[in-house]
Amino acid sequence: MPAPIIKVDAISKSFGAFKVLDGLSMQVMPGEKLALIGPSGSGKTTILRILMTLEKIDGGHIQIDGEQLYHMERNGQLLAADERHLAKMRQKIGMVFQLFNLFPHKCVMDNVTLAPMLTKGMARAAAEKRAMELLDMVGMADKAKAMPAQLSGGQKQRVAIARALALSPKIMLFDEVTSALDPELVEEVLNVMRKLAAETDMTMLLVTHEMGFAHDFADRVLFFDRGRIVEEGKPDEIFRHPKQERTQGFLKKIIAAGHRV
Amino acid sequence: MTQWSGYLGLILQGALVTIELTLMGSVLALIMAFLAGMGRLSRFFVLRALATTYIEFFRGTSIFVQLFWVYFVLPLAGISLTPLQAGVLALGLNVGAYAAEVVRGAIQSVGREQYEACIALNLGRWQGMRHVILPQALLVMLPTFGNNAIELLKATSVVSLISLADLTFQAQVVRSQTGNTLMPFTAILIIYFVLALIISWGVRSLERRMARGLDGVRV
Repeated sequence: MPAPIIKVDAISKSFGAFKVLDGLSMQVMPGEKLALIGPSGSGKTTILRILMTLEKIDGGHIQIDGEQLYHMERNGQLLAADERHLAKMRQKIGMVFQLFNLFPHKCVMDNVTLAPMLTKGMARAAAEKRAMELLDMVGMADKAKAMPAQLSGGQKQRVAIARALALSPKIMLFDEVTSALDPELVEEVLNVMRKLAAETDMTMLLVTHEMGFAHDFADRVLFFDRGRIVEEGKPDEIFRHPKQERTQGFLKKIIAAGHRV
Repeated sequence: MTQWSGYLGLILQGALVTIELTLMGSVLALIMAFLAGMGRLSRFFVLRALATTYIEFFRGTSIFVQLFWVYFVLPLAGISLTPLQAGVLALGLNVGAYAAEVVRGAIQSVGREQYEACIALNLGRWQGMRHVILPQALLVMLPTFGNNAIELLKATSVVSLISLADLTFQAQVVRSQTGNTLMPFTAILIIYFVLALIISWGVRSLERRMARGLDGVRV
């Protein structure tokens, strides 16, 4: 049995008086596709943001690929991670955001090549060659010279995926990546993610409200509520035969709202 | 007629001095603006304190007093400056303090999601600032920088008080020699106005060039 690539151990996190995560623990195996579902405010997005080091934790430990994320070992002691340690750990992780977060002043190509050139010292020619491959994979090769403002939401999100992939992370985090899209554009982004899952062995964590997609895509589904994982299991178990009352209630609401499962 | 062309020559010489002061003062102001504006956003308390002190002090005292201080008081401490140096220093420091707040505000106006994208792409603090945040903030700064530059241009007239032969100084020379107030002061009024127009126009065309592509229309 291989070691887990992500080990979250008793993480807590509060925003003011609001406890978002309450002693959360979870493990993710290499290559696993995980769907995080649950009502808003349940902490599912927060755990992604914590894994990307966008939020600090109040307590607990996280291991990525066998190494502490927020701590570093010095002379047998665990210290708070410094910026250098965080930068090293971030190389393993990429993230795609709900609102794309493309750089509006840079063309598609430059959005994708900026980080590899700056953080990995890649030469422009090599970075552009790799970027073209990635843009081709997400079906955006013909828009390499376009500015983000000229693209549709779905196109922006596909560029954002290529941009995150350009750093070759082992783990990809998808934070409600289709929530801001017009309904007819959702499928083009989901298709890219299916392709990614089929063609790579990347570990993928997605927070989503697309229950149908989560069902087909994920190896395992985690249901979050009030900062804890209430129920987890194979998609069929969670979506067809949820055991917990809160899971049942949530799915009922989602279906009533018109989402297919 | 020949007499008037001689006076016109004086005024044009003054215009050159005013332009020189405006350009050099603006360069210094720009440097101070970025140093102090980014200093105010620093993680380090000392830098924030230094930047805040500089900004509050130079905004809170008059340019006239600052100039006299630089020109007449610094020599007492063994630092003697030429009138031009004193003018550039006082103008640059004064306007730089205003522009520093413009820099700070513009940097803060760039959305949090851009900073988060920088972290997710593992850019260092400075890399993100240099390649992602500042280029976007610059566009926000430009219109106000235009205002600041025009303010600086108009403030250059105080240097006539330390006998630097700028536009205003030359106009006074012409007035005292001819007894005519209307001609020299109308002339420099127009020249100041034209110089300000040139600044406005320059900043606006720079703005247009930098905004290209950002809204998806003007490509």
